[in-house]
Amino acid sequence: MALPRASADRPFLSVSDLSVRFPTEDGLVYAVDGVTLSVDRGKTLAIVGESGSGKSVTAQAIMGLLDRRYAQVSGEVWLDDEELISQTEEQVRHLRGSRMGMIFQDPMSSLHPFYRVGDQLVEAINAHRSIGKTAARREVVEMLGRVGIQAPERRFDDYPHQLSGGMRQRVMIGMALINSPALLIADEPTTALDVTIQAQILDLISSLQAETGTTVILITHDLGIVADVADEVGVMYGGRLVEVAPTGRLYERPEMPYTLGLLSSVPRMDRERPDRLDPIPGNPPSPINLPAGCVFQPRCTYSQIVGGDTCATVRPELTETEPGHFVRCHLPVTERRRIAADIVRELAGSPR
Amino acid sequence: MAAYIVRRVGIGIGLLVLLSVTVFFLFSILPSDPARLTCGKICTPALLEANRARLGLDKPIVEQYVTFAAGIFAGRVFAPDSPEPIVCNAPCLGYSFSRHEQVTSLISRSLPVTIWLAIGAFIIWMVVGILAGIYAALRRGRWQDRVVLGVSMVGYSLPAFFFGLVVIFFVIIKLHLLPFPSYVSPFEDPVRFLQTMILPWMVLAILNAAFYMRLTRNQMLEALGEDFIRTARAKGLPDRVVIRHALRAGLTPIVTVAGLDLAVLLGGAIITESIFSLPGMGSLTVASVNDSDLPVITGITLVAATFIILANLFVDLLYAVIDPRVRL
Repeated sequence: MALPRASADRPFLSVSDLSVRFPTEDGLVYAVDGVTLSVDRGKTLAIVGESGSGKSVTAQAIMGLLDRRYAQVSGEVWLDDEELISQTEEQVRHLRGSRMGMIFQDPMSSLHPFYRVGDQLVEAINAHRSIGKTAARREVVEMLGRVGIQAPERRFDDYPHQLSGGMRQRVMIGMALINSPALLIADEPTTALDVTIQAQILDLISSLQAETGTTVILITHDLGIVADVADEVGVMYGGRLVEVAPTGRLYERPEMPYTLGLLSSVPRMDRERPDRLDPIPGNPPSPINLPAGCVFQPRCTYSQIVGGDTCATVRPELTETEPGHFVRCHLPVTERRRIAADIVRELAGSPR
Repeated sequence: MAAYIVRRVGIGIGLLVLLSVTVFFLFSILPSDPARLTCGKICTPALLEANRARLGLDKPIVEQYVTFAAGIFAGRVFAPDSPEPIVCNAPCLGYSFSRHEQVTSLISRSLPVTIWLAIGAFIIWMVVGILAGIYAALRRGRWQDRVVLGVSMVGYSLPAFFFGLVVIFFVIIKLHLLPFPSYVSPFEDPVRFLQTMILPWMVLAILNAAFYMRLTRNQMLEALGEDFIRTARAKGLPDRVVIRHALRAGLTPIVTVAGLDLAVLLGGAIITESIFSLPGMGSLTVASVNDSDLPVITGITLVAATFIILANLFVDLLYAVIDPRVRL
């Protein structure tokens, strides 16, 4: 992870100060608030957060999927050497599916129920290339085979309801990758699947990534699946990115209290008392009335350490505490490292 | 599939039997006496009795029904003992003694008029309603959407008798744009046919078009919010294809309602036919009710019910064609 630099050595994908607002009858919803991140070519960035944290909206803003009539999108998204937010809808449409592909949470509802799966992939080809019917079919059958679908020649003519959930997600992955995009955004790709299938799908994404060198953004609320797959992890809360770090570092030395809370609430089989979880008290903030200061302050048990009402009134900036490790928190670095060390030690479990 | 159709046809026949029994017995307890109606102005009790025997009304009601039902398949003869027996060939739905004509021939004369009326109006309202509905959905919340919704509201609130009379008054009486309606078969005089039908088509279409605009708009909006539409957009499909995806998904209820609406219409558009003096099923119904012409009413009821049953079957079969998840 690096913050956006000059264009010469800009990372493959870099997002800077991305904000998304939706006007509603109840007021302006701040779905994404000043997100800045970047991913190097061929790497995987996981974005973690609970529902409503803005991670999916961030992904859709990058893909240009938000309806411009309703969503107010500002900031910059650079994909290689192209800025996306300033492009017309038609220009972004040409990039979608060709330079960036996306897969979604629910493979049950993400495929059109009335079209044959093969034809849905052919459509994805035809949207960007003209290669004739037989060539398209051949390519689709090959792709279905690559994503691990048995007898792809036969499955081509199946309808989505004839496939299992895992198979459908494989079809979705094949569809997203059929035009060899340089960026793949996977929005909760395993959430709707059986646990046994989840690992298969993640493995598939990883192996295809290794094969093709695709850059991946993996969006999930499940910290448990991130560790094996991601190079870096960004944690989102209340529409803001609150901590970004290389994966190993985030698990071993997290600094932001919200990240600590997330880590403590992940059930772990290797813990001494797997029945006891530590949920974060309180609820996520309403995206209409975001706290003026730190978005996590109302739920943060450490804000009194900072003293005064700094946490409640002053918005913390994302600052680099170590190379590649960014944290948005008012706590003094030494203080938060001490707290984190205690919790991580406890999480690792008392000696058996 | 074949088994399904056979079963459905069987159920349909059962329904028709049930319906005919109901109508038949309902009419038998009505205070109106067909024998009295056919008796003429100077009616003696003896004449009444003779009439009753001639019509077969002196037989027990169950026997009358069996004779009626058998007549549909085998034909029957009315007043077999009289000097002029009336032969009614299968399918015999009865004989109208007030019009001195077989019910089947009355219906077969009226039905084409109604079919022309229904199909013309159907095409107009489907095209207008669906196109306007799609357009409104795509312009959701903007002034174009509101205009469509407003027009739909007005169209939906216009009763056919009011709109029909207004149209006749302005187009025909005031502006002399069209001659007074007088039905001719399109094979006889196509120009005259169109001149007669264009207004009833519009009157009938506007009410339905209003409904289909709303239906299509709502279906489209719902479909456009589906996950697979987001997938289609994520693939980079052009808008035109995305719209086709949504329409395909939202089409099913529209097809269902359309099939049934058309079927109901084939039973006769009473108000529209009356206003434009079209000699169709609707006009025949009104005349028969006025004359207490029970055999004709029974016949019309059965024919109309058959249309609805067939349309139901057809729509269900179409469902399976549209939606691959439906297996019959």
